Amino acid sequence: MAKSLFQKVWDAHAVRTLANGQTQLLIGTHLIHEVTSPQAFGMLRDLGLKVAMPHRTFATVDHIVPTDQFAEPFADPLADEMIKELRKNCQQFGITFFDRATGKQGIVHIVGPEQGITQPGTTIACGDSHTSTHGAFGAIAFGIGTSQVRDVLATQCMALGRLKVRRINVTGKLRPGVYAKDVILHIIRTLGVNGGTGFAYEYGGEVFDRFSMEERMTVCNMSIEGGARAGYVNPDETTCAYLKGRPYAPKGAAWDAAVTRWKSFASDPDCKYDDVVTINAADIAPTVTWGINPGQGIAITETIPDPAKTTAVDEKASIEEALAYMKLKPGAPIKGTRIDVAFLGSCTNGRLSDFKEVARYLKGKHVAPGVKAIAVPGSQGVGVLCAELGIDQVFRDAGFEWRNAGCSMCLAMNPDKLVGDQLCASSSNRNFKGRQGSPTGRTLLMSPLMVAAAAVTGSVADAREVFAVTN
Amino acid sequence: MALAKITSVTGRGVCVPGNDIDTDRIIPARYLKCVTFDGLGEGLFYDVRKNADGSDKPHPLNEARFKGATILLSGANFGCGSSREHAPQAIQKYGFRAIVAENFAEIFFGNSITLGLPCLNADRADIARLAAAVAANPALEIVVDVAKQEIRFGGQTVKASIRDSARDALINGRWDAIGELIEGLPAATATAGKLPYMAA
Ligand code: SF4
Repeated sequence: MAKSLFQKVWDAHAVRTLANGQTQLLIGTHLIHEVTSPQAFGMLRDLGLKVAMPHRTFATVDHIVPTDQFAEPFADPLADEMIKELRKNCQQFGITFFDRATGKQGIVHIVGPEQGITQPGTTIACGDSHTSTHGAFGAIAFGIGTSQVRDVLATQCMALGRLKVRRINVTGKLRPGVYAKDVILHIIRTLGVNGGTGFAYEYGGEVFDRFSMEERMTVCNMSIEGGARAGYVNPDETTCAYLKGRPYAPKGAAWDAAVTRWKSFASDPDCKYDDVVTINAADIAPTVTWGINPGQGIAITETIPDPAKTTAVDEKASIEEALAYMKLKPGAPIKGTRIDVAFLGSCTNGRLSDFKEVARYLKGKHVAPGVKAIAVPGSQGVGVLCAELGIDQVFRDAGFEWRNAGCSMCLAMNPDKLVGDQLCASSSNRNFKGRQGSPTGRTLLMSPLMVAAAAVTGSVADAREVFAVTN
Repeated sequence: MALAKITSVTGRGVCVPGNDIDTDRIIPARYLKCVTFDGLGEGLFYDVRKNADGSDKPHPLNEARFKGATILLSGANFGCGSSREHAPQAIQKYGFRAIVAENFAEIFFGNSITLGLPCLNADRADIARLAAAVAANPALEIVVDVAKQEIRFGGQTVKASIRDSARDALINGRWDAIGELIEGLPAATATAGKLPYMAA
C-alpha cells in the first residue's frame, strides 16, 4: 500500500501499542538543552533510572547564554546554575555535549542539522516546540514536555497517538523579495494558528523542490505556530547534498546505503493524505505580523485590520485585544510604523543563508538613528562561516551589533531584552505578549531582509523598495 | 508505579476568559530559569496578573472570591505556543486540578495529561453559562466528570469531551506512561536494532 513519509517513519519506529491505545514510539535522536532537561534528570534520579541510550542523546546550551560576553560565570546566577547543571548531567550520564568551548554550540535546531545528526527517516524529539525544524530533512520531529524528556531519557521512547497528515503544496514561483519566512507566515495566516491541530504538515510542490535545506528549515520550524505537531519535507538530492561530509553523516559504503534508505522514506506518489491544501506562490507577498499571534499577519502593502469591519464576534475581540496591546491604529498601513529594535537571529532565521542574503543588500547602508539592531548567529558554526565570508563585518559597518551564538532576543531568557513597550522588527517566530523579555514589549515577525529594511529606514518598510530587489 | 485513578474532579471554578492564551502568558519565560519545578505556581499568569512593581492588576486570579478554585475555565486554543511543561506545572502547582476550555493546543494537552491534569473540551455556550454561574456564586460546586465526559453544576449537566486515549489513561491511572514504557524497553531495543542509524 502506498504510504506517506510520516506513515513509513512511524511504522519503522513503532515498538508496540500501549494499554490506552497510544503507540510506544522509538525516538532515534534525542536533543536536549538547559531549559527543559534539568527537571527531567531530577525525575530520573528520583526514580533511580539511567539514560537508556546515551549515544543517541545530544546536548547543547542556547536559551540562557549571554551573547555579548563569553566569560563564565554568567552575571545571572540562575543562568549560570543552569549551564553547570547541564554539564553535570551530561557528564554523569555519558551524553555528548556541544558546550561553548567545543566551537559547536548553538541553538539546538541549528546544531543538529549542522552536525549531520538530523537525518531523513528518523524520529527526533527535543524538549522544545520548534523541534519541527528537523522535519526539513524528512524526519518526524516532535517538541515534547519535560515529563516526556524524562521518558525518552529513560526508555528512548515516548507514548503518542498517530497524527493525520496534511499535504501543503506551494506551486509556481515565489516573486522577488519573497522568502521562506513569508511562505510560512502566509500558510499560518491562511490555515490559522490552530488549523494544524492533530496533523503533521507535509510541505511540497515546486517551491519546496527548489528550496535549499535552510529555507525548508525556516518553514518546518514554524509548523508548530500553525498548530501542527510536526512538519516535514520529503528527502531528495538537496537533502543528501547538505548532509554529505557532515561530522555525524555516514561515511564510505555506509553513505551509499544511507542515501538509498533515506530516499525510500519519501512519500509514495500515490499515497493518500488526510487533507490537501494548495497555495499559489505568486499570491505570497512579504508578510509582517501586526498582532499577538503568528497568524495575525498581513502583506507589507496591506493595512492593519479594523475590528469595526468584521461582524464575527471572535475575530473582532481578538483584533481589538491585539491592537490594544500592539498600540497600532486600525486601518493604517503597516508600512511606515516606527520601530525601536531590529533583531536578526533565532532558530527560524539564524543560519548562514539568512545573514548572507541580508549582507548582499546591506553593504553601504546604515542602521537608522535611534534603532538598536542586533544580529545573532544561531550557532558558533554559523558565526565562523559568516566571519570567513566577511559577513559579520558588513553587519558591523552597517551599525548592527554582531553577537555570539544563542537564542538571544527570540525569547529573552538571556540579557537581550526589549525595554518597556519597544517595538521590535524580528526574524524570530513568536510575537506573543511579552515574548521578547518586556511584559509590554511588542514584536513584528518578518523575514530577515524585511528586518534589515526596517533597521535602515527606522520603520516597517518594503524590502523590495528599500533594497531595489529584483531577483 | 501506582497512579491515582482520576475519574472526576470536584471543586470551585474560576474563569480566565480569552482565546489563544499562550504558554508565554501562562508562565513568562523568566520563570523558566529554574532547575526544578518547585515554586512555579507563583509565576502563573504573572505578567497579566501583576504590575511591574508587584501590585495587582485586575485579573480573576487576584479576586479574593475565587481563591481556592481548582477548576480553570477558558476559551479556544488554550495553551498554544511553547512545549514548556512549565505551563501545566504552574497551573497544577497553583492548585488547579482540571481545566475546561473550548479546545487545547496539542502539546499543552499532552503535557497536562501526563501530569494527571484533566483537560476537557466543552462548547463555548456551555462554558459561558458555567462562567456566569461561577461569577454569580463563586462557591458553586462543579463536578468535572472525566469518565462520563460531562460537567455538573447547580443542577445542570453539560456535555464535555476528552480524547479517548487521555480519558482511558486518566480513569485507569495510567496517565504517566513511564511505567509502561519501561516495560517495553526490551522491545524498543529490538526495534532500535533494526535501524542502522541507531547502532552504538
Ligand atoms: S531561537 Fe527562539 S524559538 Fe528557537 S529554540 Fe531558541 S528560544 Fe526557542
